Amino acid sequence: MNRLVFLAPVALFALLMGAFAAGLGRDPSKLPSTLIDKPLPAFDLPAVRAGDVGLKSTDNSGQPHLLNVFASWCVSCRYEHPVLLQLKAEGVPIDGLDWKDEPSAGQKYLVDQGDPYRLAGNDKTGRAGIDLGVAGVPETFLVDRKGRVRYKQIGPITAEDWAGTIKPLMDRLRAEG
Amino acid sequence: MTAEIGQFALILALVLAVVQTLAPLVGAWRSDPALMAVGRMASALQLLFIVVAFVSLAACYIVNDFSVALVAEHSNMAQPFIYRFGATWGSHEGSMLLWVLILAIYGAAVAVFGGSLRETLQARVLAVQGMIGAAFLGFLLFTSNPFTRLSPVPLDGAELNPVLQDPGLVFHPPVLYSGYVGLSIAFSFGVAALIEGRVDAGWARWVRPWVLAAWIFLTVGIAMGSLWAYYTLGWGGWWFWDPVENASLMPWLLATALLHSSLVLERRGALVSWTILLSILAFSLSLVGTFLVRSGVLTSVHAFALDAKRGVYILAIIAAMTGSALTLFAWRAPSLKTGSLFAPLSREYAVTLNNLFLLASAATVFLGTFYPVFMDVLHGDKISVGPPYYTATFVPIFVLLFGLVSFGPMLNWKRDDLRRLLPRLRVPAALAAAVLVVAALVFGLKHLFAAFGLALGVWLIAGAFIVLARRWRIGQVPRAEVFDLARATPLAVWGLIIAHAGLGVTTIGITSVSAWQTNKVLSMSPGQSVKLAGNTITMVALRPVTGPNYEANQAQFDVTGVFGKSTMVSERRLYPASQTTTTDAGIQPGILGNIYISVADQNPDGGVTVRMWNHPFVDWIWAGALLMAFGGAVSLADRGLRVAKLERVVLRPLAAEPVTP
Repeated sequence: MNRLVFLAPVALFALLMGAFAAGLGRDPSKLPSTLIDKPLPAFDLPAVRAGDVGLKSTDNSGQPHLLNVFASWCVSCRYEHPVLLQLKAEGVPIDGLDWKDEPSAGQKYLVDQGDPYRLAGNDKTGRAGIDLGVAGVPETFLVDRKGRVRYKQIGPITAEDWAGTIKPLMDRLRAEG
Repeated sequence: MTAEIGQFALILALVLAVVQTLAPLVGAWRSDPALMAVGRMASALQLLFIVVAFVSLAACYIVNDFSVALVAEHSNMAQPFIYRFGATWGSHEGSMLLWVLILAIYGAAVAVFGGSLRETLQARVLAVQGMIGAAFLGFLLFTSNPFTRLSPVPLDGAELNPVLQDPGLVFHPPVLYSGYVGLSIAFSFGVAALIEGRVDAGWARWVRPWVLAAWIFLTVGIAMGSLWAYYTLGWGGWWFWDPVENASLMPWLLATALLHSSLVLERRGALVSWTILLSILAFSLSLVGTFLVRSGVLTSVHAFALDAKRGVYILAIIAAMTGSALTLFAWRAPSLKTGSLFAPLSREYAVTLNNLFLLASAATVFLGTFYPVFMDVLHGDKISVGPPYYTATFVPIFVLLFGLVSFGPMLNWKRDDLRRLLPRLRVPAALAAAVLVVAALVFGLKHLFAAFGLALGVWLIAGAFIVLARRWRIGQVPRAEVFDLARATPLAVWGLIIAHAGLGVTTIGITSVSAWQTNKVLSMSPGQSVKLAGNTITMVALRPVTGPNYEANQAQFDVTGVFGKSTMVSERRLYPASQTTTTDAGIQPGILGNIYISVADQNPDGGVTVRMWNHPFVDWIWAGALLMAFGGAVSLADRGLRVAKLERVVLRPLAAEPVTP
């Protein structure tokens, strides 16, 4: 019995090493989304902004739009935020999903940093995030006019990402029937 | 030429590290003093050659030798001298060179200052140290050569990441690495003791100063990193639970546990195998941190350019080192005699509890950090955990731990009595309760958690100083005797008090800034004023300025508050070489709080978006950490004096006997 206790550390360690070795070959920034070309999973979220309507998966203006997953505690989101504000100024519709966050913190974040969102919903429990396959914030989905996910961006959108990848895609979706 | 000298020195250092591994190991096995002496010589020479390599690389940077690929990637003609020098360790390759340099310094220190150690123990410690050195020198030479040449030679280099162009770069990595790598000594001592099959009080007396030194460096290094993040990221956060921050926190937690458990081993001969296990784990977590930053298994703001080959190599190093150490532990530790027994209520028991809490908190952080990796491997799901996870798991463990801290030093060794223990803590308990009640009344029930945090801070500080009251027997003996007792207080006791009080100071800082920080965001033009937390802040000027290798938009503010008038400057910088912008926040520090101003890009109307914060008591966070480190240093000073005195005393094995073969 006593011997077994002393063996426990090395056994646990071997398991860990196995997990690390298996994790090595994977690129954490390259995530396949199983949602591509599928409709958004259903969600109905309360508002982030006081007195607002919140965000439903069926909210669809018939226009391609972006669904941006953010949180007030997320450093990279602060980095991304100016780009979103710029996009809003260019007239790009962006919906915001405030992930695992207190509604009051999310609202304060939008007041402090500026508010790029058309609609914004609070996903306090992270339930909608699970359905969306959110791995970490920020993430952004490009949703077409029929409400299907067409592209997923992991990590902050930079000006280059927008100009090089997302904008051309969005222009194509706009042209689609 | 300089680069080739460095390259050659590194190869020689690798050869010497192999010699340092083999010679003393065989020497100790065959009791051959000559071979053991070879080990000492090799470790000194290894240090010499790594110094040569390090100086060579630094020289390449200082003269901007762009024919060296590393220099061309991280330096340019306009980069100031201090950041050309700092860039030496600002890249993956350079920072690994710094890593092996510090490792070699510690190894040579054991060779030079370890004369009073049992010779076989010293030889085996050096052998393990040599093995770690060889592994990492091999890593440098085979996967991350800092001296690779570049052809054709570019006219000018790229740039060191502008975020790193900060005094923080010059101090933070060397200090932090001194902490990380310092734990290698504990690891080497642990493994050497397992090989010897012998652990005694003398072993603990020898290891403890090294652990203490590493712990001091880690504490200061982490605090510096946090402070750097605070002023450089432009919004005043001071801890982000980033994987790399966690990688420095986990070894710190275990080093703290080791510091306490080795004290029990030294004084009472108990917790023998536990202490050995901790010494193995603490350094292993340092290695895991290294793996984390350089392998690409996790994304992080700190991550270096990623390369899977490097990840495989470091993983192999960890598997070999920690794996063999733990196997050795499973094989040898059961035959180490366990020390004297102690009652459930005793100082030994308090330290055991302390260790369990620290280990649990480290496990929590470990799980949060690596959860994404595990989930990916098990399910193919990609998820990550954020601060909400740590708030729900790490914080409660630490609150409980902090509640218990003040009990430890007030307990007697071996056994104690609850009815006699509680009255000793009357004063701190009363003070903490008073703070809790007053704070709850003043700030309202909405801030009950904050009131509780403040009370916890006071409990820690008062609980630290009450140790003195007991030691000096205030109120129990005549005043003259109290003075005699006060004068006889060992430095180590002062160290304990300062470090524990530091915890309280940090607690108060964290609580206050979390509960009461306020901020404003607005567009401002020169001449405009705004009120923030009782201060009037006026923008007096907004002008472009030019730095050595950047252009900036500089805003100047006048701050008028209860303490008079002062000027603050805040900048938004653009580094043209890498097209990166950074924030140089204006901070007016104060004991009661900081005013923090950061400016964004210019608005079309000529104004500029200004974000300003009032961070009450935020500096206490770092002040507390520095107090902890200072407490450690005071204790270390005491130890240095006492070790010198003890050298002539024959060390008697306290508890554990040699394993019978």
